[in-house]
Amino acid sequence: MPIKLPIYMDYHATTPVDPRVVEAMLPYFTTEFGNAASRNHPFGWGAEEAVEKARKQIADLIGGNAKEIVFTSGATESDNLAIKGAAEMYREKGHHIITAVTEHKAVIDTCKRLEKAGCRVTYLPVEKDGRLNLDALRGAITDKTILITIMAANNEIGVLQPIAEIGALAKEKGVLFHTDAVQIAGKLPFNVNELKVDMASFSAHKMYGPKGVGALYVRRRNPRVLLSPIIDGGGHERGMRSGTLNVPGIVGFGKAAELCKQEMAAEGERLRGLRDYLNEKLHTQLDELYVNGSMEHRLPHNLNISFAYVEGESLLMGINDVAVSSGSACTSASLEPSYVLKALGAGDDLAHSSIRFGLGRWSTKEEVDYVADKLTSVVSRLRDMSPLYELAKEGVDLSTMVWQTEGH
Amino acid sequence: MAYSSKVIDHYENPRNVGSLPKEDPNVGTGLVGAPECGDVMKLQVKINPATKVIEDAKFKTFGCGSAIASSSLATEWLKGKTVDEALAIRNTDIVTELSLPPVKIHCSVLAEDAIKAAISDYRKKQGAAAAAVDQAAQPPA
Repeated sequence: MPIKLPIYMDYHATTPVDPRVVEAMLPYFTTEFGNAASRNHPFGWGAEEAVEKARKQIADLIGGNAKEIVFTSGATESDNLAIKGAAEMYREKGHHIITAVTEHKAVIDTCKRLEKAGCRVTYLPVEKDGRLNLDALRGAITDKTILITIMAANNEIGVLQPIAEIGALAKEKGVLFHTDAVQIAGKLPFNVNELKVDMASFSAHKMYGPKGVGALYVRRRNPRVLLSPIIDGGGHERGMRSGTLNVPGIVGFGKAAELCKQEMAAEGERLRGLRDYLNEKLHTQLDELYVNGSMEHRLPHNLNISFAYVEGESLLMGINDVAVSSGSACTSASLEPSYVLKALGAGDDLAHSSIRFGLGRWSTKEEVDYVADKLTSVVSRLRDMSPLYELAKEGVDLSTMVWQTEGH
Repeated sequence: MAYSSKVIDHYENPRNVGSLPKEDPNVGTGLVGAPECGDVMKLQVKINPATKVIEDAKFKTFGCGSAIASSSLATEWLKGKTVDEALAIRNTDIVTELSLPPVKIHCSVLAEDAIKAAISDYRKKQGAAAAAVDQAAQPPA
Protein backbone atom coordinates (compact mmCIF):
# COMPACT_ATOMS: atom_id res chain seq x y z
CA MET A 1 0.00 0.00 0.00
CA PRO A 2 1.52 3.37 -0.95
CA ILE A 3 1.91 5.76 1.95
CA LYS A 4 0.19 9.09 2.08
CA LEU A 5 2.22 12.13 3.11
CA PRO A 6 2.41 13.85 5.52
CA ILE A 7 2.47 10.98 8.02
CA TYR A 8 0.77 11.56 11.36
CA MET A 9 2.77 10.11 14.26
CA ASP A 10 1.72 12.49 17.02
CA TYR A 11 -1.23 10.59 18.52
CA HIS A 12 -0.43 11.89 22.02
CA ALA A 13 -1.26 15.42 20.90
CA THR A 14 -4.62 14.50 19.44
CA THR A 15 -6.30 11.78 17.40
CA PRO A 16 -8.57 11.90 14.38
CA VAL A 17 -12.22 11.22 15.17
CA ASP A 18 -13.13 7.64 14.26
CA PRO A 19 -15.68 7.67 11.40
CA ARG A 20 -17.97 5.45 13.49
CA VAL A 21 -17.89 8.15 16.17
CA VAL A 22 -18.75 10.87 13.66
CA GLU A 23 -21.68 8.82 12.45
CA ALA A 24 -23.02 8.45 16.00
CA MET A 25 -22.70 12.20 16.60
CA LEU A 26 -24.32 13.54 13.43
CA PRO A 27 -28.02 13.31 14.40
CA TYR A 28 -27.34 15.30 17.57
CA PHE A 29 -26.37 18.38 15.59
CA THR A 30 -29.59 18.53 13.59
CA THR A 31 -32.69 16.44 14.32
CA GLU A 32 -31.80 15.49 17.93
CA PHE A 33 -30.64 18.94 18.92
CA GLY A 34 -32.42 19.23 22.27
CA ASN A 35 -31.00 20.60 25.49
CA ALA A 36 -30.42 17.70 27.87
CA ALA A 37 -31.68 19.90 30.71
CA SER A 38 -35.09 20.50 29.09
CA ARG A 39 -37.40 18.35 31.18
CA ASN A 40 -40.73 19.16 29.52
CA HIS A 41 -40.55 17.88 25.95
CA PRO A 42 -39.27 15.02 23.80
CA PHE A 43 -36.35 17.07 22.39
CA GLY A 44 -34.89 17.36 25.87
CA TRP A 45 -35.72 13.77 26.79
CA GLY A 46 -33.97 12.46 23.67
CA ALA A 47 -30.86 14.49 24.41
CA GLU A 48 -30.84 13.40 28.04
CA GLU A 49 -31.20 9.77 27.04
CA ALA A 50 -28.23 10.09 24.66
CA VAL A 51 -26.11 11.73 27.38
CA GLU A 52 -26.98 8.99 29.89
CA LYS A 53 -26.05 6.32 27.37
CA ALA A 54 -22.67 7.98 26.83
CA ARG A 55 -22.15 8.27 30.59
CA LYS A 56 -22.67 4.53 30.84
CA GLN A 57 -20.30 3.81 27.94
CA ILE A 58 -17.53 5.84 29.58
CA ALA A 59 -18.18 4.35 33.03
CA ASP A 60 -17.98 0.86 31.50
CA LEU A 61 -14.55 1.62 30.02
CA ILE A 62 -13.13 2.59 33.43
CA GLY A 63 -15.09 0.28 35.70
CA GLY A 64 -17.05 3.05 37.40
CA ASN A 65 -20.72 3.88 37.82
CA ALA A 66 -22.41 6.16 35.28
CA LYS A 67 -23.45 8.50 38.12
CA GLU A 68 -19.76 9.11 38.87
CA ILE A 69 -19.04 10.70 35.48
CA VAL A 70 -19.05 14.53 35.32
CA PHE A 71 -18.80 15.94 31.81
CA THR A 72 -16.46 18.86 31.20
CA SER A 73 -14.94 20.75 28.27
CA GLY A 74 -11.79 18.61 28.35
CA ALA A 75 -9.09 17.22 30.59
CA THR A 76 -7.64 20.62 31.49
CA GLU A 77 -10.96 21.57 33.01
CA SER A 78 -11.25 18.14 34.67
CA ASP A 79 -7.83 18.57 36.29
CA ASN A 80 -8.75 22.08 37.45
CA LEU A 81 -12.08 20.92 38.87
CA ALA A 82 -10.56 17.95 40.70
CA ILE A 83 -7.71 19.88 42.30
CA LYS A 84 -9.31 23.27 42.96
CA GLY A 85 -12.63 21.67 43.84
CA ALA A 86 -11.04 19.35 46.42
CA ALA A 87 -8.75 22.07 47.80
CA GLU A 88 -11.72 24.30 48.52
CA MET A 89 -14.06 21.57 49.76
CA TYR A 90 -11.53 20.02 52.16
CA ARG A 91 -9.93 23.26 53.30
CA GLU A 92 -10.79 22.62 56.93
CA LYS A 93 -9.17 19.20 56.86
CA GLY A 94 -5.92 20.45 55.39
CA HIS A 95 -4.18 22.48 52.76
CA HIS A 96 -1.42 20.19 51.53
CA ILE A 97 -1.36 18.66 48.02
CA ILE A 98 1.20 16.21 46.62
CA THR A 99 2.02 15.97 42.91
CA ALA A 100 5.07 15.26 40.73
CA VAL A 101 7.36 17.43 38.62
CA THR A 102 6.51 15.51 35.42
CA GLU A 103 2.76 16.20 35.56
CA HIS A 104 0.93 17.95 32.76
CA LYS A 105 0.79 21.75 32.94
CA ALA A 106 -2.94 21.54 33.65
CA VAL A 107 -2.00 19.99 37.01
CA ILE A 108 1.25 21.86 37.71
CA ASP A 109 -0.13 25.32 36.97
CA THR A 110 -3.33 24.61 38.89
CA CYS A 111 -1.21 23.64 41.91
CA LYS A 112 0.89 26.79 41.50
CA ARG A 113 -2.22 28.93 41.58
CA LEU A 114 -3.40 27.19 44.73
CA GLU A 115 -0.03 27.90 46.35
CA LYS A 116 -0.74 31.60 45.85
CA ALA A 117 -4.07 31.03 47.60
CA GLY A 118 -2.34 29.58 50.65
CA CYS A 119 -2.09 25.86 49.85
CA ARG A 120 1.16 23.99 50.32
CA VAL A 121 2.20 21.79 47.39
CA THR A 122 4.93 19.11 47.26
CA TYR A 123 6.31 18.47 43.76
CA LEU A 124 7.95 15.07 44.00
CA PRO A 125 10.93 14.32 41.74
CA VAL A 126 10.96 11.16 39.62
CA GLU A 127 13.57 8.44 39.14
CA LYS A 128 15.75 8.31 36.02
CA ASP A 129 13.17 6.07 34.34
CA GLY A 130 10.43 8.63 34.94
CA ARG A 131 8.68 6.68 37.71
CA LEU A 132 7.71 7.99 41.10
CA ASN A 133 9.47 6.70 44.20
CA LEU A 134 6.74 5.33 46.49
CA ASP A 135 8.83 5.79 49.63
CA ALA A 136 9.26 9.46 48.76
CA LEU A 137 5.51 9.73 48.31
CA ARG A 138 4.85 8.01 51.63
CA GLY A 139 7.33 10.33 53.33
CA ALA A 140 5.66 13.41 51.88
CA ILE A 141 2.21 12.66 53.30
CA THR A 142 1.35 14.63 56.46
CA ASP A 143 -1.82 14.96 58.52
CA LYS A 144 -2.58 18.09 56.50
CA THR A 145 -2.44 16.29 53.14
CA ILE A 146 -5.83 16.27 51.43
CA LEU A 147 -4.96 15.24 47.88
CA ILE A 148 -2.42 13.26 45.86
CA THR A 149 -2.55 13.97 42.13
CA ILE A 150 -0.32 11.77 39.95
CA MET A 151 -0.88 11.05 36.28
CA ALA A 152 -1.43 7.48 35.09
CA ALA A 153 0.70 7.79 31.93
CA ASN A 154 2.96 10.65 30.90
CA ASN A 155 2.09 12.57 27.73
CA GLU A 156 5.72 12.96 26.60
CA ILE A 157 7.50 9.77 27.57
CA GLY A 158 4.49 7.46 27.99
CA VAL A 159 5.80 6.23 31.34
CA LEU A 160 3.21 4.54 33.55
CA GLN A 161 3.12 5.47 37.21
CA PRO A 162 2.43 2.82 39.88
CA ILE A 163 -1.20 3.89 40.17
CA ALA A 164 -2.42 0.80 42.08
CA GLU A 165 0.30 1.26 44.71
CA ILE A 166 -0.41 4.99 44.99
CA GLY A 167 -4.14 4.24 45.27
CA ALA A 168 -3.53 1.76 48.08
CA LEU A 169 -1.24 4.18 49.91
CA ALA A 170 -3.72 7.05 49.58
CA LYS A 171 -6.50 4.81 50.91
CA GLU A 172 -4.35 3.71 53.84
CA LYS A 173 -3.59 7.33 54.73
CA GLY A 174 -7.13 8.58 54.14
CA VAL A 175 -6.01 11.00 51.43
CA LEU A 176 -7.94 11.57 48.19
CA PHE A 177 -6.25 10.37 45.01
CA HIS A 178 -6.75 12.05 41.63
CA THR A 179 -5.09 10.86 38.45
CA ASP A 180 -4.86 12.49 35.03
CA ALA A 181 -5.76 9.42 32.98
CA VAL A 182 -5.89 11.16 29.61
CA GLN A 183 -3.13 9.19 27.91
CA ILE A 184 -3.96 5.77 29.33
CA ALA A 185 -7.73 5.79 28.76
CA GLY A 186 -8.73 3.46 25.97
CA LYS A 187 -5.11 2.35 25.45
CA LEU A 188 -4.51 0.06 28.46
CA PRO A 189 -6.89 -1.41 31.04
CA PHE A 190 -7.74 1.20 33.68
CA ASN A 191 -10.22 0.36 36.43
CA VAL A 192 -11.01 2.98 39.07
CA ASN A 193 -12.02 0.38 41.66
CA GLU A 194 -9.09 -1.96 41.20
CA LEU A 195 -6.71 1.02 41.28
CA LYS A 196 -8.50 2.75 44.19
CA VAL A 197 -8.70 6.01 42.31
CA ASP A 198 -11.02 8.68 43.74
CA MET A 199 -10.97 11.05 40.77
CA ALA A 200 -9.71 10.66 37.20
CA SER A 201 -9.54 13.08 34.26
CA PHE A 202 -10.35 12.06 30.68
CA SER A 203 -10.39 13.70 27.27
CA ALA A 204 -12.36 12.49 24.24
CA HIS A 205 -9.99 13.76 21.56
CA LYS A 206 -7.10 11.64 22.81
CA MET A 207 -9.13 8.48 22.19
CA TYR A 208 -10.61 9.02 18.73
CA GLY A 209 -13.47 11.20 19.95
CA PRO A 210 -14.13 14.90 19.31
CA LYS A 211 -12.29 17.87 20.79
CA GLY A 212 -13.97 20.08 23.37
CA VAL A 213 -15.34 17.36 25.62
CA GLY A 214 -13.88 15.54 28.59
CA ALA A 215 -14.91 14.02 31.88
CA LEU A 216 -13.98 13.81 35.52
CA TYR A 217 -14.68 10.58 37.33
CA VAL A 218 -15.74 11.48 40.89
CA ARG A 219 -16.15 8.57 43.34
CA ARG A 220 -19.55 8.38 45.05
CA ARG A 221 -18.91 5.63 47.62
CA ASN A 222 -15.94 4.72 49.86
CA PRO A 223 -15.35 7.60 50.06
CA ARG A 224 -18.00 9.92 48.69
CA VAL A 225 -15.94 12.70 47.11
CA LEU A 226 -17.38 16.21 47.24
CA LEU A 227 -16.07 19.06 45.11
CA SER A 228 -16.69 22.78 45.11
CA PRO A 229 -17.59 23.76 41.55
CA ILE A 230 -15.30 26.11 39.67
CA ILE A 231 -18.08 27.09 37.25
CA ASP A 232 -21.36 28.28 38.74
CA GLY A 233 -24.73 28.36 37.05
CA GLY A 234 -27.68 26.06 36.47
CA GLY A 235 -26.40 23.23 38.66
CA HIS A 236 -25.83 20.68 35.93
CA GLU A 237 -23.77 17.53 36.60
CA ARG A 238 -24.81 17.13 40.25
CA GLY A 239 -23.93 20.76 40.84
CA MET A 240 -20.25 20.17 40.11
CA ARG A 241 -20.19 21.61 36.61
CA SER A 242 -22.83 24.02 35.40
CA GLY A 243 -23.32 24.72 31.72
CA THR A 244 -25.47 23.26 28.95
CA LEU A 245 -24.13 19.84 28.02
CA ASN A 246 -22.31 19.43 24.72
CA VAL A 247 -24.64 16.65 23.60
CA PRO A 248 -23.06 15.77 20.21
CA GLY A 249 -19.60 15.84 21.80
CA ILE A 250 -20.72 13.67 24.70
CA VAL A 251 -22.38 11.17 22.34
CA GLY A 252 -19.12 10.99 20.38
CA PHE A 253 -17.11 10.57 23.58
CA GLY A 254 -19.36 7.69 24.63
CA LYS A 255 -19.08 5.96 21.28
CA ALA A 256 -15.28 6.44 21.28
CA ALA A 257 -15.10 4.86 24.75
CA GLU A 258 -17.22 1.91 23.62
CA LEU A 259 -14.95 1.32 20.60
CA CYS A 260 -11.82 1.55 22.73
CA LYS A 261 -13.21 -0.99 25.18
CA GLN A 262 -13.89 -3.42 22.33
CA GLU A 263 -10.64 -2.89 20.42
CA MET A 264 -8.10 -1.90 23.08
CA ALA A 265 -6.49 -5.31 23.60
CA ALA A 266 -5.89 -6.06 19.93
CA GLU A 267 -4.99 -2.48 19.06
CA GLY A 268 -2.52 -2.24 21.96
CA GLU A 269 -0.73 -5.39 20.87
CA ARG A 270 -0.53 -4.23 17.26
CA LEU A 271 0.85 -0.82 18.24
CA ARG A 272 3.31 -2.32 20.69
CA GLY A 273 4.65 -4.44 17.82
CA LEU A 274 4.97 -1.41 15.55
CA ARG A 275 6.57 0.71 18.28
CA ASP A 276 9.14 -1.98 19.11
CA TYR A 277 9.86 -2.38 15.40
CA LEU A 278 10.46 1.39 15.07
CA ASN A 279 12.74 1.37 18.10
CA GLU A 280 14.77 -1.61 16.87
CA LYS A 281 15.06 -0.26 13.36
CA LEU A 282 16.35 3.12 14.57
CA HIS A 283 18.85 1.45 16.89
CA THR A 284 20.08 -0.77 14.06
CA GLN A 285 20.56 2.13 11.67
CA LEU A 286 21.96 4.77 14.06
CA ASP A 287 24.28 4.91 17.06
CA GLU A 288 24.09 7.09 20.19
CA LEU A 289 20.33 6.97 20.65
CA TYR A 290 18.84 7.21 24.11
CA VAL A 291 15.30 6.13 24.94
CA ASN A 292 13.80 8.53 27.48
CA GLY A 293 11.85 6.83 30.26
CA SER A 294 11.18 3.24 31.20
CA MET A 295 10.55 0.80 28.33
CA GLU A 296 9.02 -1.69 30.75
CA HIS A 297 6.41 0.61 32.29
CA ARG A 298 5.26 2.44 29.20
CA LEU A 299 2.27 3.01 26.95
CA PRO A 300 2.42 0.55 24.03
CA HIS A 301 2.19 3.27 21.37
CA ASN A 302 4.80 5.70 22.75
CA LEU A 303 8.47 6.11 21.97
CA ASN A 304 10.64 9.05 23.01
CA ILE A 305 14.22 9.07 21.79
CA SER A 306 17.10 11.52 22.07
CA PHE A 307 19.35 11.61 19.01
CA ALA A 308 22.62 12.75 20.58
CA TYR A 309 24.48 15.70 18.98
CA VAL A 310 21.48 16.74 16.88
CA GLU A 311 19.11 19.54 17.88
CA GLY A 312 15.44 18.55 17.87
CA GLU A 313 14.01 21.46 15.91
CA SER A 314 16.50 21.08 13.07
CA LEU A 315 15.65 17.39 13.06
CA LEU A 316 11.94 18.15 12.71
CA MET A 317 12.73 20.53 9.87
CA GLY A 318 14.44 17.68 8.04
CA ILE A 319 11.45 15.38 8.42
CA ASN A 320 8.80 17.93 7.60
CA ASP A 321 6.52 15.35 5.99
CA VAL A 322 6.29 13.50 9.32
CA ALA A 323 4.22 14.91 12.20
CA VAL A 324 6.01 14.18 15.47
CA SER A 325 6.97 16.50 18.31
CA SER A 326 10.24 17.54 19.89
CA GLY A 327 11.17 18.18 23.51
CA SER A 328 13.28 21.09 22.35
CA ALA A 329 11.72 24.51 22.62
CA CYS A 330 14.15 26.76 20.81
CA THR A 331 11.27 29.06 19.85
CA SER A 332 10.57 30.16 23.40
CA ALA A 333 12.38 33.15 24.82
CA SER A 334 13.88 31.08 27.60
CA LEU A 335 15.18 28.33 25.28
CA GLU A 336 14.01 25.87 27.91
CA PRO A 337 13.80 22.27 26.78
CA SER A 338 11.11 19.89 28.02
CA TYR A 339 10.77 19.99 31.82
CA VAL A 340 9.72 16.35 31.76
CA LEU A 341 12.98 15.23 30.12
CA LYS A 342 15.00 17.50 32.42
CA ALA A 343 13.32 15.84 35.39
CA LEU A 344 14.75 12.49 34.27
CA GLY A 345 18.21 14.01 34.69
CA ALA A 346 19.28 13.20 31.15
CA GLY A 347 21.00 16.57 30.64
CA ASP A 348 19.69 19.55 28.74
CA ASP A 349 21.58 18.70 25.57
CA LEU A 350 19.79 15.36 25.28
CA ALA A 351 16.48 17.00 26.11
CA HIS A 352 17.08 19.34 23.16
CA SER A 353 17.71 16.31 20.94
CA SER A 354 14.51 14.42 21.64
CA ILE A 355 11.64 13.32 19.44
CA ARG A 356 8.32 11.95 20.67
CA PHE A 357 6.62 9.35 18.47
CA GLY A 358 2.96 8.56 19.10
CA LEU A 359 1.46 5.71 17.11
CA GLY A 360 -2.25 5.19 16.73
CA ARG A 361 -5.23 3.46 15.20
CA TRP A 362 -4.23 4.22 11.60
CA SER A 363 -0.44 3.82 11.86
CA THR A 364 1.05 1.24 9.47
CA LYS A 365 4.31 -0.65 9.15
CA GLU A 366 4.98 1.17 5.87
CA GLU A 367 4.75 4.49 7.70
CA VAL A 368 7.13 3.27 10.40
CA ASP A 369 9.63 2.17 7.74
CA TYR A 370 9.43 5.54 6.00
CA VAL A 371 9.89 7.47 9.26
CA ALA A 372 12.83 5.35 10.43
CA ASP A 373 14.65 5.62 7.10
CA LYS A 374 14.04 9.34 6.78
CA LEU A 375 15.24 9.98 10.33
CA THR A 376 18.35 7.94 9.72
CA SER A 377 19.33 10.02 6.73
CA VAL A 378 18.53 13.37 8.38
CA VAL A 379 20.29 12.51 11.67
CA SER A 380 23.38 11.39 9.73
CA ARG A 381 23.41 14.58 7.69
CA LEU A 382 22.96 16.82 10.75
CA ARG A 383 25.66 14.95 12.69
CA ASP A 384 28.06 15.61 9.83
CA MET A 385 27.52 19.30 10.46
CA SER A 386 27.40 19.09 14.26
CA PRO A 387 30.42 20.48 16.14
CA LEU A 388 29.38 18.37 19.15
CA TYR A 389 29.55 15.15 17.14
CA GLU A 390 32.97 16.18 15.84
CA LEU A 391 34.25 16.93 19.34
CA ALA A 392 32.85 13.67 20.70
CA LYS A 393 34.50 11.70 17.90
CA GLU A 394 37.80 13.46 18.78
CA GLY A 395 37.38 12.05 22.27
CA VAL A 396 36.42 15.30 24.01
CA ASP A 397 34.18 14.83 27.03
CA LEU A 398 31.41 17.35 26.32
CA SER A 399 30.13 17.28 29.88
CA THR A 400 33.39 18.72 31.23
CA MET A 401 33.80 21.41 28.56
CA VAL A 402 33.43 25.05 29.49
CA TRP A 403 30.98 26.74 27.12
CA GLN A 404 30.83 30.37 26.28
CA THR A 405 27.22 31.06 27.16
CA GLU A 406 27.34 34.69 28.21
CA GLY A 407 24.45 36.62 26.78
CA HIS A 408 22.51 33.59 25.54
CA MET B 1 6.90 27.70 12.74
CA ALA B 2 7.17 28.80 9.15
CA TYR B 3 10.70 29.35 7.91
CA SER B 4 11.66 31.81 5.19
CA SER B 5 12.73 30.32 1.87
CA LYS B 6 16.29 31.55 2.49
CA VAL B 7 16.50 29.72 5.82
CA ILE B 8 15.19 26.56 4.18
CA ASP B 9 17.71 26.91 1.36
CA HIS B 10 20.65 27.25 3.77
CA TYR B 11 19.32 24.37 5.87
CA GLU B 12 18.96 22.08 2.87
CA ASN B 13 22.11 23.21 1.06
CA PRO B 14 24.40 24.55 3.76
CA ARG B 15 27.45 26.42 2.41
CA ASN B 16 30.95 25.70 3.67
CA VAL B 17 30.23 22.92 6.14
CA GLY B 18 33.44 21.44 7.47
CA SER B 19 36.60 22.11 9.43
CA LEU B 20 39.93 23.85 8.85
CA PRO B 21 43.13 22.76 10.63
CA LYS B 22 42.85 24.27 14.14
CA GLU B 23 46.62 24.38 14.66
CA ASP B 24 47.34 26.42 11.50
CA PRO B 25 48.54 29.88 12.69
CA ASN B 26 46.52 31.49 9.89
CA VAL B 27 43.28 29.83 10.99
CA GLY B 28 41.06 31.35 13.66
CA THR B 29 38.44 29.18 15.40
CA GLY B 30 35.37 30.41 17.27
CA LEU B 31 33.22 28.01 19.31
CA VAL B 32 30.20 29.71 20.86
CA GLY B 33 26.94 28.72 22.52
CA ALA B 34 26.27 25.73 24.75
CA PRO B 35 24.54 22.38 24.28
CA GLU B 36 22.10 23.04 27.12
CA CYS B 37 20.93 26.21 25.35
CA GLY B 38 20.28 24.22 22.20
CA ASP B 39 22.84 26.07 20.04
CA VAL B 40 26.55 25.53 19.48
CA MET B 41 28.38 27.10 16.54
CA LYS B 42 31.92 26.44 15.41
CA LEU B 43 33.12 28.96 12.84
CA GLN B 44 36.61 29.02 11.33
CA VAL B 45 38.36 31.54 9.08
CA LYS B 46 41.62 31.17 7.16
CA ILE B 47 43.32 34.54 6.78
CA ASN B 48 46.06 35.58 4.38
CA PRO B 49 48.64 37.13 6.76
CA ALA B 50 49.90 39.57 4.10
CA THR B 51 46.59 40.96 2.83
CA LYS B 52 44.43 40.22 5.95
CA VAL B 53 41.81 38.88 3.57
CA ILE B 54 39.69 35.87 4.63
CA GLU B 55 40.47 33.21 2.06
CA ASP B 56 38.30 30.47 3.44
CA ALA B 57 35.55 30.01 6.04
CA LYS B 58 33.92 26.84 7.41
CA PHE B 59 31.26 26.09 9.99
CA LYS B 60 29.61 23.34 11.95
CA THR B 61 26.45 24.05 13.92
CA PHE B 62 24.31 22.19 16.45
CA GLY B 63 21.08 24.11 16.55
CA CYS B 64 17.76 24.85 14.91
CA GLY B 65 17.33 25.61 11.21
CA SER B 66 17.78 29.33 11.79
CA ALA B 67 21.06 28.75 13.64
CA ILE B 68 22.34 26.58 10.80
CA ALA B 69 21.26 29.18 8.23
CA SER B 70 22.83 32.07 10.20
CA SER B 71 26.21 30.39 10.37
CA SER B 72 26.06 29.16 6.76
CA LEU B 73 25.28 32.71 5.59
CA ALA B 74 28.06 34.12 7.78
CA THR B 75 30.68 31.89 6.13
CA GLU B 76 29.40 32.91 2.71
CA TRP B 77 29.76 36.60 3.59
CA LEU B 78 33.17 36.20 5.25
CA LYS B 79 35.00 34.86 2.22
CA GLY B 80 36.88 37.62 0.43
CA LYS B 81 36.37 40.16 3.23
CA THR B 82 39.22 41.73 5.18
CA VAL B 83 39.34 41.19 8.93
CA ASP B 84 38.06 44.71 9.55
CA GLU B 85 35.19 44.25 7.10
CA ALA B 86 34.31 40.92 8.78
CA LEU B 87 34.18 42.59 12.19
CA ALA B 88 31.69 45.10 10.78
CA ILE B 89 29.08 42.36 10.09
CA ARG B 90 26.17 42.87 12.47
CA ASN B 91 23.63 40.32 13.59
CA THR B 92 20.90 42.60 12.28
CA ASP B 93 22.31 42.16 8.76
CA ILE B 94 21.75 38.41 9.16
CA VAL B 95 18.23 38.93 10.56
CA THR B 96 17.31 41.05 7.55
CA GLU B 97 18.85 38.73 4.96
CA LEU B 98 17.20 35.60 6.39
CA SER B 99 13.94 37.28 7.53
CA LEU B 100 14.37 35.78 11.00
CA PRO B 101 11.39 36.17 13.35
CA PRO B 102 11.95 37.75 16.81
CA VAL B 103 12.23 34.37 18.58
CA LYS B 104 15.17 33.48 16.33
CA ILE B 105 17.22 36.66 16.70
CA HIS B 106 19.50 34.90 19.21
CA CYS B 107 20.69 32.68 16.32
CA SER B 108 22.01 35.74 14.47
CA VAL B 109 23.62 37.06 17.66
CA LEU B 110 25.40 33.77 18.06
CA ALA B 111 26.67 33.94 14.46
CA GLU B 112 28.08 37.45 15.05
CA ASP B 113 29.72 36.19 18.25
CA ALA B 114 31.20 33.27 16.33
CA ILE B 115 32.78 35.61 13.75
CA LYS B 116 34.28 37.77 16.52
CA ALA B 117 35.51 34.72 18.42
CA ALA B 118 37.17 33.27 15.31
CA ILE B 119 38.97 36.53 14.49
CA SER B 120 39.99 37.07 18.09
CA ASP B 121 41.47 33.55 18.13
CA TYR B 122 43.39 34.35 14.92
CA ARG B 123 44.71 37.60 16.40
CA LYS B 124 45.73 35.87 19.60
CA LYS B 125 47.69 33.33 17.58
CA GLN B 126 49.32 36.05 15.47
CA GLY B 127 50.13 38.08 18.57
CA ALA B 128 51.67 35.05 20.23
CA ALA B 129 53.66 34.31 17.11
CA ALA B 130 54.83 37.94 16.86
CA ALA B 131 55.76 37.93 20.55
CA ALA B 132 57.72 34.75 20.02
CA VAL B 133 59.55 36.39 17.08
CA ASP B 134 60.23 39.54 19.18
CA GLN B 135 61.54 37.44 22.00
CA ALA B 136 63.83 35.50 19.65
CA ALA B 137 65.07 38.82 18.22
CA GLN B 138 66.00 40.14 21.67
CA PRO B 139 69.76 40.45 22.05
CA PRO B 140 71.12 38.27 24.84
CA ALA B 141 71.38 40.16 28.10
